[in-house]
Amino acid sequence: MHTELTDTEIIRRILQGEQALFAQLVQKYQQYVFTLVLRFTDNREDAEEISQDVFVKAYRSLADFRGESKFSTWLYTVVRTSCITFLRKKKLATTSMDNERTLSQLENRESGFSANTIEQKSKHAMVNAAIQLLSPDDSQLITLFYKGEQTLEEIGRIMGLDPNTVKVKLHRARHRLKEKMEKHFSYEVRELQNNSL
Amino acid sequence: MRYVSYKITLYNDPKVKRMSMNTEQPMEDRLWDYIDGHCSPTERSAIEELLATNREWQEKHRELLNIQQLLSSSELEAPSMRFTKNVMEEIARYHVAPATKSYVNKNVIRGIGAFFVTMIFGVLAYFAAQFKWTSTPAASSDGGNLNLSVQKLGQNLDRLETVNVTKAFNNTYIILLLLIAVILGFALLDMYLQQKKKELQS
Repeated sequence: MHTELTDTEIIRRILQGEQALFAQLVQKYQQYVFTLVLRFTDNREDAEEISQDVFVKAYRSLADFRGESKFSTWLYTVVRTSCITFLRKKKLATTSMDNERTLSQLENRESGFSANTIEQKSKHAMVNAAIQLLSPDDSQLITLFYKGEQTLEEIGRIMGLDPNTVKVKLHRARHRLKEKMEKHFSYEVRELQNNSL
Repeated sequence: MRYVSYKITLYNDPKVKRMSMNTEQPMEDRLWDYIDGHCSPTERSAIEELLATNREWQEKHRELLNIQQLLSSSELEAPSMRFTKNVMEEIARYHVAPATKSYVNKNVIRGIGAFFVTMIFGVLAYFAAQFKWTSTPAASSDGGNLNLSVQKLGQNLDRLETVNVTKAFNNTYIILLLLIAVILGFALLDMYLQQKKKELQS
């Protein structure tokens, strides 16, 4: 009978020399990592390059993973540092990652989503588009909380913040997301509200 | 229009007025904590009571639940089909690096620490040996406490200022210290080379 290996078991065996098992970790986490990276950069090619780099870095420093946290928490820390390094190299991020992107960048992103294209998309695409309109920190926070299965404490560890600060930031991020959705996807939001009544 | 009139009716209700003392943001925060399960049992029952009686809270709760549902059901982005293959091809060129902890040997850190502590104590001992400590007879009879006269202290400090550095290196203490430093240096080098040898053998 085939039993699925835990992350810790996979890592232990990779460290013993079974390199091929790393593919299991890649398959399991590639979508999470890729989505998180896309929160930092809009370019899919760049995101794929960074994601690949994340997994290579993770593999090379796998011996440093001591199992004190979940593997995903540790991996997302690698994602964050890789993204910041990449953005610094590209000179896109000149200020702290806590700040929102510059207004011009944001406006460029917002203008990319016309009402007509959005109307044809599903509500999932609408949520993803709205998340993309947020600052990298806000969108990453929301992704980690809802899709990365991370607790406030774990997000705090990834982002180097206190869990209470993470909670406050999460409240603000969701508030801003709601505002973005109301501003750019008012029709879809109204539809959803009517459906829920 | 109906919504506006409804809002006005709500705000005229004294009970609602009392409950809406907080601005919208704290109400939203409290509701998010309730939805996320991050609030205390007391807060939870207080919010449940508000949700049972207050229409404004009910509306906001429904609105936030919609967002919650949307976020929970949002889909993850997928990279290209070749992604796993690309990563595996890339890592085939590498080995897992040894853990950071293992290449910072504790003995090396201890050795460096011992070297600096020896140096500090040696220098202090040397200067203490150069310093002339005197005690007044009165102080000695007063329970044997050392009492340095201000005048003598001034003189000794003047002497310290005139310590000849080149002469200091001819001193036995300094030579001894340098000898210890060299021995420690060799010990560290030996430890490093032994570790490298072990790594090569493995």
